[in-house]
Amino acid sequence: MSDKQIGRTPQFALPSRLLHWVMAVMVITQLFIGVTMVASLANYNILLAIHRPLGIAILIFVVIRIGNRLLHKPPPFLSTMRPWERRVATRSEQLLYVLLVAQPLAGWAMLSSAGVPIVLFRQLHLPAIAPHNTTVYAVLWYTHLTLAYLLFATFTAHMCAILFHTLVIRDRILDRMALWPIPKTAPAAKPATEQAAGQVAEPPD
Amino acid sequence: MSDEEKPDASPTLSRRGVLLGLAALGGIAAVDVGGFLYAGGWLTPGRLTPSRFTDRFQQVFGKHDGFRRNHAKGLSASGHFISNGAGAEISRAVVFQPGEFAVEGRFSLSGGVPDVADANATVRGLGLLFTLPNGEQWRTAMVNIPVFFDNTPEGFFERILASKPDPATGNPDPDKMAAFLARHPETAAAMEIIGQNPPSSGFDNSTFYGLNAFRVTDSLGAVRPVRWMVVPEQPFEPADPVQPPGRDYLFDALIRKVADTPLYWRLILTIGQPGDPTNDATVPWPPHRHAIDAGRLTIDSVQTEEQGNARDINFDPLILPYGIARSDDPLLSARSAVYAKSFQRRSSEPKTPSAVNVERVLDER
Repeated sequence: MSDKQIGRTPQFALPSRLLHWVMAVMVITQLFIGVTMVASLANYNILLAIHRPLGIAILIFVVIRIGNRLLHKPPPFLSTMRPWERRVATRSEQLLYVLLVAQPLAGWAMLSSAGVPIVLFRQLHLPAIAPHNTTVYAVLWYTHLTLAYLLFATFTAHMCAILFHTLVIRDRILDRMALWPIPKTAPAAKPATEQAAGQVAEPPD
Repeated sequence: MSDEEKPDASPTLSRRGVLLGLAALGGIAAVDVGGFLYAGGWLTPGRLTPSRFTDRFQQVFGKHDGFRRNHAKGLSASGHFISNGAGAEISRAVVFQPGEFAVEGRFSLSGGVPDVADANATVRGLGLLFTLPNGEQWRTAMVNIPVFFDNTPEGFFERILASKPDPATGNPDPDKMAAFLARHPETAAAMEIIGQNPPSSGFDNSTFYGLNAFRVTDSLGAVRPVRWMVVPEQPFEPADPVQPPGRDYLFDALIRKVADTPLYWRLILTIGQPGDPTNDATVPWPPHRHAIDAGRLTIDSVQTEEQGNARDINFDPLILPYGIARSDDPLLSARSAVYAKSFQRRSSEPKTPSAVNVERVLDER
């Protein structure tokens, strides 16, 4: 390995990385609150009281994030990602943005169509964005449910893809999104075949 | 993808490293998906979820598309509440400030059969939705018994099956009910109290009780336990031991009364003292608790249930204005959850007309 190959993996801009991890925590928490809530008798109410404002917070964050995404070009793909993987990564990023906008809006509209006040905190309410109508409610309920499963599946696929690169291929893909210090020995988007030995502590068999 | 596909990808990709990586990946994915399935109750079929609770009503009463799973038979009503301001002593809720607030209501009979024959002994319900000017609502679902039969959702879940009528006799199996009561002395005690409060002759002269305890917060931030009821201004008359004829005699009488004159109830807030149970709807509070007459509820019209009226309202007892909050009563969150599931199911189903029809009754006059 030559010296010029040593460098850090190009990273996303700091605002992008911050938004990514804050939203990751919020969205995973929200998915688990949602699925726990609808199956819970004892904690339904307290979880719902968290679910509503957290959903609106996610909606606000994703709007900021889409603005940030338009302002900051992401770093190039790693050479370890093959063309089909790059296409899937691009499409799944777009899908996640769509889902993260659509799901809180569906939840908000669903509550509107149920005719209930959309309480965020104490006397802070959101206006209704759909008519009070049980047929509309039924459609929005199934929409919210379907989007939740889609969001969970997309998140899980995204996490597994990153874990596959990080734990199996060990191409330090996670460094691109790191908020923690990253080592200077990472391959900087070099072709996979040029990856140097000794980058990974794991000795060969 | 495997290391065989890219044999020369990297000399660092050892078979052992790849297997370890895949194992770690699989482990994390299993925790993620397994945790999601566990949280949703899919891995624990014995767990009591809102969905399974709602199934129990369908199991006992049959499935009736478009109708509530409990209190299926009902009549929409509307009117208003004039708050006299006295409630502001204990709660900052807007509904207790002096003023007039629109109210939508629903009279109902307990049970999941939408065209069940009226009976004096059947528990009567009154759901109310107060619309407050700042976008808040207060919803309450009350019944005409002073305490509830159960103090936990699990007890309720078990009791409705134990009280399922035997197809042969039309009555609950006495052995099953006796076995249930032996396990649930709180229900036996509640039944005794309920038995000492025989029903009135009609909906119009029934007292309706909120049953569960709540907490109210006053303008200074002091929190007190509270229970509420609406007490009719129409004089009490005991139900006639000989039931009037007609499948819908209770509803029909109510429809005729409201056509003639508005009906009035006083909203009474009873304030608990330290030590009064707030988590047990089967236990009455000791007598002579401080009570506040917070104002007068007027019901001046009733409507056949249809789209847009009380048929489409979920009288969720936890839709509360700021200043009223839930207590530690476990029934409250469970009611909220099961009502939501019932609302979701009936919203998704085709609708059939209600058995209680205002026009038909008034045309007969």
